[in-house]
Amino acid sequence: MALRVRFTHPLRSFVATADLTVPPGETLALVGPSGAGKTTTLRIVAGLLRPRSGAVAVNGTVLLDTEREVDVAPERRRVGYLFQEYALFPHLDVLGNVRFGARDRARVDELLERFGIDHLARARVTELSGGERQRVALARALARDPALLLLDEPLSALDAHTRAGVRAELRELLHSLALPTLLVTHDFEDAATLADRVGVISRGRILQLGTPAELVSVPADPFVATFTGALVLGGHAIATQDGLTEVALESGFTAWSADHAVGRVNVAVYPWDVSLGPVAQDDSRLNHITAAVTSIAPVGNRVRVQVGPVVAEITAASAERLGLRPGATVTASFKATATRLFPANGAPATLDEKG
Amino acid sequence: MPLGDLISALGSSAALDAIRVTAETNALAMVLILGFGTPAAYWIARRRGAVRDVVVTLVELPLVLPPAVAGIGLLVAFGRAGLLGDTVDALGIDIAFTKVAVVLAVTFVASPFYLRTAVAAFEAVDPTLPAAARTLGAGEGRVFLRVMLPLAKGGLGAGAALAFARGLGEFGATIMFAGSLQGVTQTLSLAIYEQFDLDFDVALAISALLIAVSAVVLLSVKLMSRWHSGSGSLTLFAASSRQPT
Repeated sequence: MALRVRFTHPLRSFVATADLTVPPGETLALVGPSGAGKTTTLRIVAGLLRPRSGAVAVNGTVLLDTEREVDVAPERRRVGYLFQEYALFPHLDVLGNVRFGARDRARVDELLERFGIDHLARARVTELSGGERQRVALARALARDPALLLLDEPLSALDAHTRAGVRAELRELLHSLALPTLLVTHDFEDAATLADRVGVISRGRILQLGTPAELVSVPADPFVATFTGALVLGGHAIATQDGLTEVALESGFTAWSADHAVGRVNVAVYPWDVSLGPVAQDDSRLNHITAAVTSIAPVGNRVRVQVGPVVAEITAASAERLGLRPGATVTASFKATATRLFPANGAPATLDEKG
Repeated sequence: MPLGDLISALGSSAALDAIRVTAETNALAMVLILGFGTPAAYWIARRRGAVRDVVVTLVELPLVLPPAVAGIGLLVAFGRAGLLGDTVDALGIDIAFTKVAVVLAVTFVASPFYLRTAVAAFEAVDPTLPAAARTLGAGEGRVFLRVMLPLAKGGLGAGAALAFARGLGEFGATIMFAGSLQGVTQTLSLAIYEQFDLDFDVALAISALLIAVSAVVLLSVKLMSRWHSGSGSLTLFAASSRQPT
C-alpha cells in the first residue's frame, strides 16, 4: 500500500511542489523551517487542502487527480492524521475522542489498552499530560484503521524531558504498524530517529531526499548541511595543492579540504568531527585552529564547545579531562576529508565527483 | 406599593392577555431565530470576502435601524399595500396587525443579537478540530452536530439570551406593524404603554415582571458559563475570544 503524492500549489511567497512515493512500512520525514510547506503537503494528502494541480493515490486508489477532477472527501480517505498540538476534542473525554472515528467498539478497547490509556478513558482531555495527549491522538487516528499515517510535528508539543522516551515509543509503533507514513518536523534529529528517508524542504521545494546517513555524509547544499547539524563557514578558495583545496576563512584562519572548489566557498564540517586538544598534534588531521574557548554548552551527555569560528562536540568526560573553561586557549582539529565545500552561490561543488 | 397589590395587578385581564401574547409570539420568534439563525451563522463563519461582508451588513442592519423604520419596512414588505402584499393577499392571508406580524417584528429586531454572537462563537472554535473530525470520517453534517455545535454552545446560549431579552422589550416595530390590540398583538411592552394612562398599577406590575424576567435571563447565562467554565468563553459581552493557534 504505497502512497504517491505529487502537487504544485502556490503559497504566499513561493510555489510549493513535491513528488513523493512512500512504500508500505516506510516512514518518510520532511524536515525544514516553519513555513516551508511541510504541513501543506500533509493537508493535501488528507484532502483538507486542494492543490492547484496534483494527484494523490494510496495503493493504486486515486484520492485526488486535479486533471481528472477526482477529489475524494477527507472523511472517505482513510487517512490517520496526527495534528500538531494533537487537536483533541475538548468537549469529549478520552474514550469519546478515541471512539469518534472508530468502526467498532472492540478496536477502541484494544487501542486504549495498547497505548496504556484505558485507565484514563473517562478523563477530560484537558487534564492530560503532553505524552498522554499524544497517545490519545494516536489511538484516535488508528481507531479508523487508516491506510496511511500523517504526523505533523508529533514531538514538538512535548517538553524535553518526555520527548526522548516518546520518540522511542513512536519509533517502535511506526515500525510495528508497517503503514506508509509521512512525517513533518523542523528537527533533523527527530526525523533521523523516526524516519527511513528524510527530505529537506525549504520554500516549498525538496532540496535533497535520502537516508539520514546520506544527508549527513553528502549534503547537497549548505542549507541541507546546516539543517543536518553541520557548521558552515564562509571563505575563499585560494590554492590547490596535492588535490587539496586551501580556503582562507572569513575569520582569518585557514582550512584544508579534500573537495575541489574555486572562488567564494562555504566550508561545512560537523561538530562531532572536530576534536579538541591542548596542542596541535602532528597526525592525519590537517586542520588546526588554535583559539580561545568562547562558550561551553552541555547537550545531553555531550558538550558543545565554541573555539574561534568552529564548534566541537565532545563528551562531557573529555571536556572535564581537558579542563576546558571559557577563555582558555585550545586547538580544534579536523581532517580535510571531514569537510565539504560548496560554492557560495549555490550548487554543491563536488557532488558529481563523490558520486 | 405592597407586593401583594403588584401581584394582583398582574391578574388583570390586560396583563394576563399581554403575558399570553408575549409568550406565544416570543417563543415562536426564538424558534425561527435559532432554527434559521444557527445554520446561517455557521455559513457566515466559514466565509471570507465580499459576499460575507454584504450578508453580515444585511444581518446587522436591524441592529442600527430606528425601530420605527423597521416597522415601516415590515409594513412596506408585508402590508396589504406592500411589496409582497398582493401575493400575501391572494393567498387570503393578511399579516399586518396579526400575531404573525408580532412574530415577524420580534424576529426581525432580535435576530442580529443572536447571529452576531453565534458567528463569533463558531469562529472561536479552533479550525483544526473540524479538520480533525473530517479525517476521522465525519461528513459536513456530523462535524456540525458533533463538533461545532457542542463547542460553540456557550456562545450560542449567550446569543439566544441576548436575543430573547431584546425580543421581550420589542416595542417600536411591533406597534407600527402589528398595532396594539389586547389579546391579539398587545405584548407586555405595549401593554405598559397603554396601561400607563389607564391603570398605572398594572403598568408598574408588568414593568416589575419584565425586570425580574430579564434578571433571571442574565443570571442563567452567568450560571451556564460557570458550568462550562472548563471549555471557556461564555459571558454575554465577551462571548468569544479566538484561541491562540
